[in-house]
Amino acid sequence: MTAEAISESRTGGDFWDGVRLSMPVVVASAPFAILFGAIAVDNGFSVLEAFLMSALIFGGASQMVGIELFGQHVAPWLIVLSIFAVNFRHVLYSAGIGRRIAHWPLLQQALGYFILTDPQFAVAEARAVSGKPVGFVWYLGLGLPVYVFWVIESGLGAVFGKLIPDTHALGIDFLLPIYFLGLVLGFRKRPLWLPVVAASAAGSIIAYKTVGSPWHVSIGAVAGVLLAVVLPPHHSGIGERP
Amino acid sequence: MSTTFWIILAGAIATYLTRVGGHLVISRFENIHPRVEAGLNAVPAAVLTTLVAPAVLGAGPAEWAALVVTALVSLRGGLMSMFLAGAAVLIVARQFVG
Repeated sequence: MTAEAISESRTGGDFWDGVRLSMPVVVASAPFAILFGAIAVDNGFSVLEAFLMSALIFGGASQMVGIELFGQHVAPWLIVLSIFAVNFRHVLYSAGIGRRIAHWPLLQQALGYFILTDPQFAVAEARAVSGKPVGFVWYLGLGLPVYVFWVIESGLGAVFGKLIPDTHALGIDFLLPIYFLGLVLGFRKRPLWLPVVAASAAGSIIAYKTVGSPWHVSIGAVAGVLLAVVLPPHHSGIGERP
Repeated sequence: MSTTFWIILAGAIATYLTRVGGHLVISRFENIHPRVEAGLNAVPAAVLTTLVAPAVLGAGPAEWAALVVTALVSLRGGLMSMFLAGAAVLIVARQFVG
């Protein structure tokens, strides 16, 4: 109650706290939004369709995969299934963040899940672990700029796409792995961090080489999570938590 | 409505189901078993690692240099400084090793 009263009195501050944390995500995702728009038009989407896909799906990797398959004239159901497969990891985020936001009004929760991306989950989860409340206003401050910039930049990319010079020299294709590595390292103080990372790395690489993309994401994630489940709970520090 | 539109709409619904689905399933249980909780706590590192590991394997010296610097900066700095340092190293390194 006290925590809620405090956050109530400074909701404006909470919003801008979230916005500040969203900035690295906005910067890191900008090239991908523009790139997505450009590739989408290149693969036969109209500017409006590229814009719509970003606005309705809001999941960079899955949009890239969808566009790629669309360009190869793959059957529509298979494109949708692939988008679902790439995004399947969100089931785990959803279960994780659900514990933190279950007290929100239903409509706020519904919106909260809509903007539940990789960084949104990682940053919100990190805040919850540090003992701070994950309020709707803060969460929106974190997610809204990412969403707005993502959708606008996708549209811009679709309009101006072919003007991007040498994307490789600008390192655009490798910005996301760098960003995700930063997020992974941010969780390094968690119990079982190293074994989980090792299991997920091994699982995803093996799956990548055998089953192929995008299934390596779900398979690798399950490997890491299963390890944490199988090891005796006291290794996870569950009993030690307040 | 075009086929493209329906693909986008179905993809959007499928995506939303993944984002809300985990919570809808988990919230049906009154008490979360310690092992399930341990599993949930492992989710961020587990999933994010899979987005990095295969990319690291297929990368070259420029990318590896960027990742090493990112990791080193992470010991002291925040997420933004970590990301900018890694990106800067990547761009500079690629000018030399393509």
